[in-house]
Amino acid sequence: MGVNENLAQFSNVLMYSAIAVYLMAFFAYCMEWTFGSSGAVAKRSADLSIEVLEPAAAGAGGGVALAERPVVVLREGGHDGDDADDRGDVAGGNDRADRIGRVAVSLTALGFLLHAGSVLTRGISVERAPWGNMYEFSTSVALMVVLAFLALLWKYPVRWLGLFVTLPVLTTLGVAVTVLYTDSEQLVPALDSYWLWIHVASAIVSFGAFHIGALASILFLFRQGYERRQADPTRTKPGRFDDKLARLPSSASLDKTAYRVNAIIFPLWTFAIVCGAIWAENAWGRYWGWDPKEVWSFITWVAYAAYLHARATAGWKGTKAAAVSLVAFSCFLFNYYGVNIFVNGLHSYAGV
Amino acid sequence: MSLETRTDEDLARDDDLDRIAVPEARADAGMSTAPAQDEGDEEIRQPQLGVVGWLRWLWRQLTSMRVALILLFLLSVAATPPTLIPQRPVSPIKVSQYFRDHPDRAKIMDKFQLFDVFSSWWFASIYILLFVSLAGCIVPRCWAHAKTLRAKPPEAPRNFARLPAYARWETSADPDAVLAAARGALKKRRFRLNPTADSIAAEKGYARESGNLLFHIALFGILVAFALGSLYSVKGGKIVVEGGSFANVLTQYDDRQFGALVDADNLEPFGFRLKSVEQTFQATGAKRGEPRSFTAHIESWYGHEGKDKSGTIRVNHPLEVGDTKVFMIATGYAPEVTVRDAKGKIAYKGPTIFLPQDGNRTSTGVIKVPDVSAGLKQLGFDAQFLPSAPMDQNGNLLVDPKRGPISVFPSLLNPRLMISGYEGDLGMDSGIPQNIYALKADKMSKFMDGADVWRRALKVGDTADLPNGAGSITFDGVKTWANFQVASEPGKGLALFSVVAAIVGLVLSLFVRRRRMWVRAVEGPDGHTVVEVGGLARTEGGGLGDEVQEFVDALREAAPANSPGTKVKE
Repeated sequence: MGVNENLAQFSNVLMYSAIAVYLMAFFAYCMEWTFGSSGAVAKRSADLSIEVLEPAAAGAGGGVALAERPVVVLREGGHDGDDADDRGDVAGGNDRADRIGRVAVSLTALGFLLHAGSVLTRGISVERAPWGNMYEFSTSVALMVVLAFLALLWKYPVRWLGLFVTLPVLTTLGVAVTVLYTDSEQLVPALDSYWLWIHVASAIVSFGAFHIGALASILFLFRQGYERRQADPTRTKPGRFDDKLARLPSSASLDKTAYRVNAIIFPLWTFAIVCGAIWAENAWGRYWGWDPKEVWSFITWVAYAAYLHARATAGWKGTKAAAVSLVAFSCFLFNYYGVNIFVNGLHSYAGV
Repeated sequence: MSLETRTDEDLARDDDLDRIAVPEARADAGMSTAPAQDEGDEEIRQPQLGVVGWLRWLWRQLTSMRVALILLFLLSVAATPPTLIPQRPVSPIKVSQYFRDHPDRAKIMDKFQLFDVFSSWWFASIYILLFVSLAGCIVPRCWAHAKTLRAKPPEAPRNFARLPAYARWETSADPDAVLAAARGALKKRRFRLNPTADSIAAEKGYARESGNLLFHIALFGILVAFALGSLYSVKGGKIVVEGGSFANVLTQYDDRQFGALVDADNLEPFGFRLKSVEQTFQATGAKRGEPRSFTAHIESWYGHEGKDKSGTIRVNHPLEVGDTKVFMIATGYAPEVTVRDAKGKIAYKGPTIFLPQDGNRTSTGVIKVPDVSAGLKQLGFDAQFLPSAPMDQNGNLLVDPKRGPISVFPSLLNPRLMISGYEGDLGMDSGIPQNIYALKADKMSKFMDGADVWRRALKVGDTADLPNGAGSITFDGVKTWANFQVASEPGKGLALFSVVAAIVGLVLSLFVRRRRMWVRAVEGPDGHTVVEVGGLARTEGGGLGDEVQEFVDALREAAPANSPGTKVKE
């Protein structure tokens, strides 16, 4: 099996195009934040708080006996952060900002297509899964970050995430093309197995989605700070970014987003580790041997398990749980960059 | 009433449903390993605790979520030292290197088992505590869940309006007809029902807690599998040169790690002969020389009378014999030489295993010749083997100025054997086992070529005469060797079963939503039937409102809402 040089070249061209388009999307998101106004959201969230705090009013107001279609009334406990009023609004009612935001999303989608094309042609050029070395792994992970964002956007109004998604995507791709780049080549025999498809693919999807979870946790911490400042009557001077933070969804909603993403992906990450163990059993004769990569996968797994538990424990919810989720994500980052580059182990065959 | 003694039923009947959300969310948040408990209570009682009381307090602490969380953290922190400190089971050579470089520090670190973290007492105590803590809350939860599974959903609260999701309307339909329709609709949605005279209580999503318990129980399965593995696993290495063979008995292993309870006399009775090793390498481009495929062609047999069976062993494709697998983990070259002593007798003939030193398989090895004719000094050779030696235009060997002679490609394109020799006492008769890859030269003298060390570079077929008529050495050819790892891990079936169960449990416990729904239909004072529907999410996760709304919409067919002013039916 050789390498189709033309396709490999084409893949590189697509990658650079994708980076350029993501960069444009990034600037568009920045403009959306800059031109948007915070007024509309502030007003709306004020309305919202009244509604939530006075359930009796809601119950009475739900005098639905007269309606043709009985409507379900939700009280505190029935809400789950998806309410229309608590979605975050970057544009904040400013039409120009809203238009720019839409352009930014379109650019993200276009970048995604180019990016996907690049990964695909890279794979076809060598007729194997396009995640055999760090360059390929990084570009695939970045692709999954964007995919996770677009998938969320399909169902939920999460345009506020756009700016924060393009940032790690651009960083990852930048590092990939400058530092990690290697020419398209065939694999060392150790990687020549169908488990490469399953094990590495699930690790890539997990890593990509955990990015979103971590972003939501970071934003949660900022937003929580903002909400505390708002609630503090002795404070007269607003924080530096308060007008921006006002446009994010409520901290409760951000916390839920982080939890949902992490909880959905945790079983997949477990699956990725298990597949790795099965592959290790096939390749090296033991399913678990405390190789550095295995050690750090274990640490990452335990850290995410701790997050899921922390979030269900009184006294750990909120800030502490978010911190744990960020520690877990840092473990994942180290497991990838740190272990591959600085630690010698059985997983270091793929080259940088 | 303390939170611990409040049952689900109490809670649901309690009119003050405002408080439901708090305790329920805590005990039921899905991932919790500990039953909800009131920590404040304990502190007050502390002064009067006796021994039993203290033990109980300790047990409560150990099985609390907070301690479980701390143990989880400790476990991940305890797993980090191996990133910085070499570990004996993974890289024993690096450990000895560390002992040479930092003897004092290494001794202290060794006392704390820092070179074998994953079998150290402190790592073990963390995970054993964690598992005890886990057992301490899984067992009571299993009981509680078994009870819940047999119990009926709790009856409807008096005041529906305070439930998190609520709908109320009036209809002309008969209350019984409405309830019958509600029963059907709830059954279709796979709710478990508890119908009473004027209302229905329904609940679903029991699989959430079942899955959660399954996940945690499966963790014990993994622990047992690990224990079985460490007691009964067989793992050993053997280097076989082309033409050579291996039989699965203790003495044949070059190195081995057997579990504590392995019966070494009853290993799986099989063996194989290595016919040839086929290797290919990338020939061009930036990754020139990187391996592309390794295949060992073998003939294997099972039992003493077993017939030979041809087969191959490749990377990722081990030979499987019973529970045992044979993996090929490395390959290298074994130059074949014939050494004659001063009397012309053949003192050594055959392949010698050389160890590769770089990606292009520049290999080093030693040839020991103890069996020389009586009265002669023993011979030894320090050698370097280059599978593809670089040549200049005149056919002279190109030598790297820094690293000396090195190979430029890993396959046998231009093999050269570079040797220097010794004569004297090899020290092999002392009875102390020797490293076959190193020459003990303290009782030997180096062959000299005038003032310089005697060195020769041999092509295949070349013969070099040793100085002072000490004999000769002939480079006959090159064979390839393969390093095989023989492994059997008895716990792996259980481990696989457990992790599959764990993942299934995890998916159920994270994705199934537990819901309660109540429907009440009674005749109001004005003759209309008042229908009330209430919903309660017992676990986090969106969509309660949508779900209840969807149910209400389904019920409208049987109980259409009266428009304002509808006449009371007679």
